[in-house]
Amino acid sequence: MKFAVLVFPGSNCDIDMYHAIKDELGEEVEYVWHDATDLSEFDGILVPGGFSYGDYLRCGAMANQSNVMAEVKKAAEAGKPVLGVCNGFQILTEAGLLPGALLRNKNLKFMCRTVQLKVENNDTLFTNQYEAGQIINIPIAHGEGNYFCDDETLAKLKANNQIVFTYSGDNPNGSLEDIAGIVNERGNVLGMMPHPERAVDALLGSDDGLKVFKSIVKMWRESHVS
Amino acid sequence: MTKVKIYVTLRESVLDPQGSAVQGSLAKMGYNEVEDVRIGKYLEVVIGDTDRDLDVLVKEMCEKLLANTVIEDYRYEVEEAN
Repeated sequence: MKFAVLVFPGSNCDIDMYHAIKDELGEEVEYVWHDATDLSEFDGILVPGGFSYGDYLRCGAMANQSNVMAEVKKAAEAGKPVLGVCNGFQILTEAGLLPGALLRNKNLKFMCRTVQLKVENNDTLFTNQYEAGQIINIPIAHGEGNYFCDDETLAKLKANNQIVFTYSGDNPNGSLEDIAGIVNERGNVLGMMPHPERAVDALLGSDDGLKVFKSIVKMWRESHVS
Repeated sequence: MTKVKIYVTLRESVLDPQGSAVQGSLAKMGYNEVEDVRIGKYLEVVIGDTDRDLDVLVKEMCEKLLANTVIEDYRYEVEEAN
């Protein structure tokens, strides 16, 4: 399986993402610059964290205007897995690939620590290797991770089981319904504030994040390899 | 040349923790009559000669980039310059 790690000016989790795929997962991966106009050779798209365009105006707003985002939309329409982490999640909401928006953390602070997440839905492309309701340890590092959407959208998210991860116990940013990660209606686009790519080796404190990537590969193998 | 003054503010239904913090500070300073503070953005966009309708142009820019209408409202004033 071949992954693309998108790189915008100001991305800073791209190297972690690349490392997770290449060294820990053992799959093919390439960096793709934001002005790329073709992603057709890739089977999965990873939108990493960081501060694209300095977070000027709004987090992810200007990255959404990059050439590569038209290609990300095509990939999502084609049913390919698209994962956005942290700033990547913000970019995917700005692009309209995921509903809602990420607001400033309720306590106005940049939060950087490991949190506990609950796997709310393990029947997705991204979470099939977890147990339902499993509690996992994944680091967060964000100032604007306070998920918000209107009531109608929230009702839809619940009805379609699109809420994939919630903060367990302590909610670090004030997000609606403790939401930490959601998928689109079709289930092939996941956005999450916590960083699974930073939790791929026990040496780093946790390898609980690796199963996000293993889940993607398992689903891909089942549909592409007989 | 036309100067457009654009105001982008959080929708009323969206909590503004920054505004709340500022309101708290004002209250601490004795300005107890302050009931609410909302923080937004102010942009000055200078537009050169164009055949396009100014309102259409500004609205398009606001909807596509300058505001995120999921969480923000925008309004603008047009100021003719020389």
